[in-house]
Amino acid sequence: MDLGPYLLLASLEGAVQAAVLALTAVGLSLVFGVMRIVNVAHGEFFMLGAVFAWWIATFFGGHPAIGFIAALLIAPLLTGLVAVIVDWFVLKRLEYDPEGTIVATIGVLYIIQQVVLMTYGPDARPVEAPFNHRFYFPWFGYSSYKLFVIAAAIAILIGVWMIMAKTRIGLVLRATQLDRETATAFGIEVNRIYALVFGLGAALAAMAAVLIVPIQQAHYLMGGDPLLLSFIVVIIGGLGSLRGTVVAAALIGMSDGIISVFFTPTLAKILATLLVAMVLVYRPNGLFGTRSA
Amino acid sequence: MLEVSDLHCAYGNVNILQGVSLSVTAGEILCLMGRNGAGKTTTLKCIMGLVRSSSGSVMLDGLEISQLPAHKIPGLGIGYIPQGRRLFSELTVAENLEIGLMTRNSGRNIREQVLEIFPRLRERMDQTAQTLSGGEQQMLATARALCLEPAILLLDEPTEGLQPSMIEQIRQVIISMKNEGAAVILVEQRLDAVLSIANRVTFIENGISRETVDAEKLDRDNEYLARYVGV
Repeated sequence: MDLGPYLLLASLEGAVQAAVLALTAVGLSLVFGVMRIVNVAHGEFFMLGAVFAWWIATFFGGHPAIGFIAALLIAPLLTGLVAVIVDWFVLKRLEYDPEGTIVATIGVLYIIQQVVLMTYGPDARPVEAPFNHRFYFPWFGYSSYKLFVIAAAIAILIGVWMIMAKTRIGLVLRATQLDRETATAFGIEVNRIYALVFGLGAALAAMAAVLIVPIQQAHYLMGGDPLLLSFIVVIIGGLGSLRGTVVAAALIGMSDGIISVFFTPTLAKILATLLVAMVLVYRPNGLFGTRSA
Repeated sequence: MLEVSDLHCAYGNVNILQGVSLSVTAGEILCLMGRNGAGKTTTLKCIMGLVRSSSGSVMLDGLEISQLPAHKIPGLGIGYIPQGRRLFSELTVAENLEIGLMTRNSGRNIREQVLEIFPRLRERMDQTAQTLSGGEQQMLATARALCLEPAILLLDEPTEGLQPSMIEQIRQVIISMKNEGAAVILVEQRLDAVLSIANRVTFIENGISRETVDAEKLDRDNEYLARYVGV
């Protein structure tokens, strides 16, 4: 192949990465932005989404599309529910103390991981893609499911943006993010908003995971990479800035894909981490951050 | 209408309020005066439930509200204009008002009424609150609270840092709210502003309400002011 098609292939791989990463990182960013909480267990919510997806797909059987659609609807709901329970049992009791919640969510990370290990087991299991045509470019064929992942992630992100910008609940979320005390003085029940946001953040990670399991397989240790990359993205994008998060996810995901194809995945990680360091030194609030966090 | 008795509250181990009592009735302006750190702002926050009281009571029309969750209190018709305005800075003027309207599900007509009081805001509806001038920000903070159709209005130093014409406008709004039958509690440092509109003044010192006097009894060289405010 010439360089052009090769670059296109690499870009597509990068775009799939970027799409899934953007969903996961927006969940993390939303939780940090509104609740001021660093959720170390975010990667485990991603993993839970994948594991739930496998269970649901297995339960439904039949045509892979039925199981997949069921998983895409139910797995984020279940994961969100787990997150709401974590919020209610753990975070609320700590009164959302910034340091306390970091330690607590590390604990939650291990609890979720070990419970999945004890129940689901140590195996990596695939979920069958709902469809598996190949889309033929003039130079190579490409999985149409991967193209679907990109489109679905963009659709979900637009949905999140619409909710935040156009709906009453989005307005309440933004007001709570800006000034929690004044929000309370205007009748907003901040604890309920926090539970909702924590659930929504986890559900977004779970959606990303459901989209990726047909490509990657569900495994109880799969949460580590998404967590690390999400943190990188959220730091580069600016803590709590959703727009920044999406731009940074596209940047990191695309460059990761392209550099991995042309050079090595290790070089991609090195460059991403270097970029984080540079951003922290020269723009501590991130590329799109406005307030000091 | 609103009756606060023997209110105590503490931040951690530091006692801020150690016995504040006051009352305000419909169609009356009560002013809270006292030195910096005396507990005026905390008294308002305590009424709003934003700071939990450790003892004492806050009765609203015979209903004890000091044990209610904080988010339930504004819905009872208490509009709060906090110190420093505390607007939702990145939200637009329209969105800030919307938050006020949502508190008690007030209708569009309330929004229109509020905008008639502050026509300047109508021209700024799509600007974010942080881009407004100081006076416009105070208008917005006031308008946001009026969106609740409040029976009780709490104002914490509304004229701080404003130019005279703006102060006069805020003053007129407070007076017209009073005339419409609202109970107003006003925290204010500027003596002339207090004397011209307050019905009664409660002096707070070291977290304790010392005395409540009719505003008519106060004039510039009165001993109350020397003792509690230091002017």
